[in-house]
Amino acid sequence: MAGFETHLASFWAVYSNVVLTIGINGLLALSIWLTLSCGMLSIGNAAFMGVGAYTAALVTMKLGWPFPISLVLGMIAPAVLAFIIGKPTLRLSGIYLAMATLGFGEVVRITLLNWESLTGGALGLNGIPQLTQWWHVLIAMVLVLLVLWRMRRSKVGRAFEAVKEDDTAAGLMGIDVANTRMLAFVLGAAIAGLAGGLDAHLTFFIGPQEFGFDRAVDILTMAILGGIGGLPGPLIGAAILTLLPEVLRSLRDFRLVVNGLILVVIVLFLPKGIWDPQRYRTWFGSWFGRRTKRAGGRTEHRS
Amino acid sequence: MLAQQLVNGLSLGALYALFALGFTLIFGVLGVINLSHGAIFMVGAYAGLEAIVHLGLPLWFALPFAFLVSGVFGFLIDVLVLKPLRKRNAPHLIPMIATIGIGIAINNAVQGIFGAQNLRFPAGTVPNDTLSVAGVGLTALELAIILLSFALMAALMIVIRKTQLGRALRAIAESPKAAYLVGINVEGLFMLTSFIAAGLGGVAGVLIGLYSNAIFPLMGQPMLQKGVAVIILGGMGDIRGALFAGLFLGFAEVLSVAYVGSTMRDAVAFGLLFLILLVRPKGLFGTTNERKV
Repeated sequence: MAGFETHLASFWAVYSNVVLTIGINGLLALSIWLTLSCGMLSIGNAAFMGVGAYTAALVTMKLGWPFPISLVLGMIAPAVLAFIIGKPTLRLSGIYLAMATLGFGEVVRITLLNWESLTGGALGLNGIPQLTQWWHVLIAMVLVLLVLWRMRRSKVGRAFEAVKEDDTAAGLMGIDVANTRMLAFVLGAAIAGLAGGLDAHLTFFIGPQEFGFDRAVDILTMAILGGIGGLPGPLIGAAILTLLPEVLRSLRDFRLVVNGLILVVIVLFLPKGIWDPQRYRTWFGSWFGRRTKRAGGRTEHRS
Repeated sequence: MLAQQLVNGLSLGALYALFALGFTLIFGVLGVINLSHGAIFMVGAYAGLEAIVHLGLPLWFALPFAFLVSGVFGFLIDVLVLKPLRKRNAPHLIPMIATIGIGIAINNAVQGIFGAQNLRFPAGTVPNDTLSVAGVGLTALELAIILLSFALMAALMIVIRKTQLGRALRAIAESPKAAYLVGINVEGLFMLTSFIAAGLGGVAGVLIGLYSNAIFPLMGQPMLQKGVAVIILGGMGDIRGALFAGLFLGFAEVLSVAYVGSTMRDAVAFGLLFLILLVRPKGLFGTTNERKV
């Protein structure tokens, strides 16, 4: 028993960072899942994460306020920013919304880069106290999952679904489309900000380059790869994308080549993401002695 | 001073437009946002470099060589990845995620083979002559970039507008299913489009490698971001739009470096993009078709 505990302790000493990163990436994937579940392709979440990370880190470092307050302010700041830019931006749809949020993300990144007196410019913020404990990430994850899970089954969640499927029809049914979208956008920004605050107090250092285009694409990939049909999808996607480079470490220079190819293979065989219960039922249905019709697999998708 | 900046902006903008051309072609015909286009562009730059350094070819052979190598990459990506996804009726963001994976794989394979360091074309690949008219200087390279980019864009535009092939492509862009029903070889044209689009990206790669004098495995990433901006600004799938938006981005960057400061270059470009989208939600040349019930 003692042997097991030592093993566990040494495992934790080596891998705690990876585990906590999975949690933080999971929160990011959930934040974009939320906007996707309302039918919006917004890729500003890397920027919202950055705003949250800088706000939380600055509150801790410059004001010396307690960690929970830094985290809360790190959620409020991106939420307020999302509310301000949401008004004009959320009129856009599809790829145009993606582009506008991407443009916004670039503006945020460059602001962080140039506001040297506050953000430290290209050098970033160094020496952020490492306050994030494993249970902070766990509590954050559980709370976010609870809120999202509860919301899916509520009137708000069904409004999200309706707006996603057809915003014109949703509007005709009496759903306030603009406010529904705004809610998803602002909540998503707050969750991304929370992930940013936790990340800043985990990694000791943050810089503007961490919150740019590549991060935005990473977050989107985690959610889509995992599958956006349900809450487990983004978490699975986050876990896989965080673990793959670690698992493939022995391949040295070519590990990211294999990483990329694995992404392609997953997408080829599981086009709706990894979390796709319907597909597993059609694949393995006979094992469970149940015959399932292949429903939904052939439905047309609107862009 | 201003005239000189405009000339610089013209050559930079022509490069952006040439890069975005393949990007927008793939989107227009295949309906895929091809995020491996940056990697293909980089492959073109390395192919051109290899052709000149190791095969000893002159630049005018290196360009078609880069076109061919990149084109084959584009062709393979279509056959091996995009075609199976079309067959499986994948949701619309899925092909994009697949191309992200391809981009990661190609970028890192090249980094594993050639190393992460900056490579350069040998000095004198392009003559060092400068043409100056009324105090405005234009290097031979800039002139070549402008002429070649515009020639390629004009050729593509003529093919799309005037030929039977172009009519078939426009039909596919409208609806692949309907095009198939009237007897157009849709799959064949998808492959051809992927080949040509990637080839154009490869040529852009060589030209930018010459222009910025730096070839490295991740050179496609910043271009990709600008390419996305250009095709959105110009209206998705719109070739003329890509040309104007590319030039616009080139001018915006050069002028913001000259008059605002070099650190603000991307902020000005993307800030403008953000504002333009708010005023014209479908890009500068896109037509809005609002759905009414």
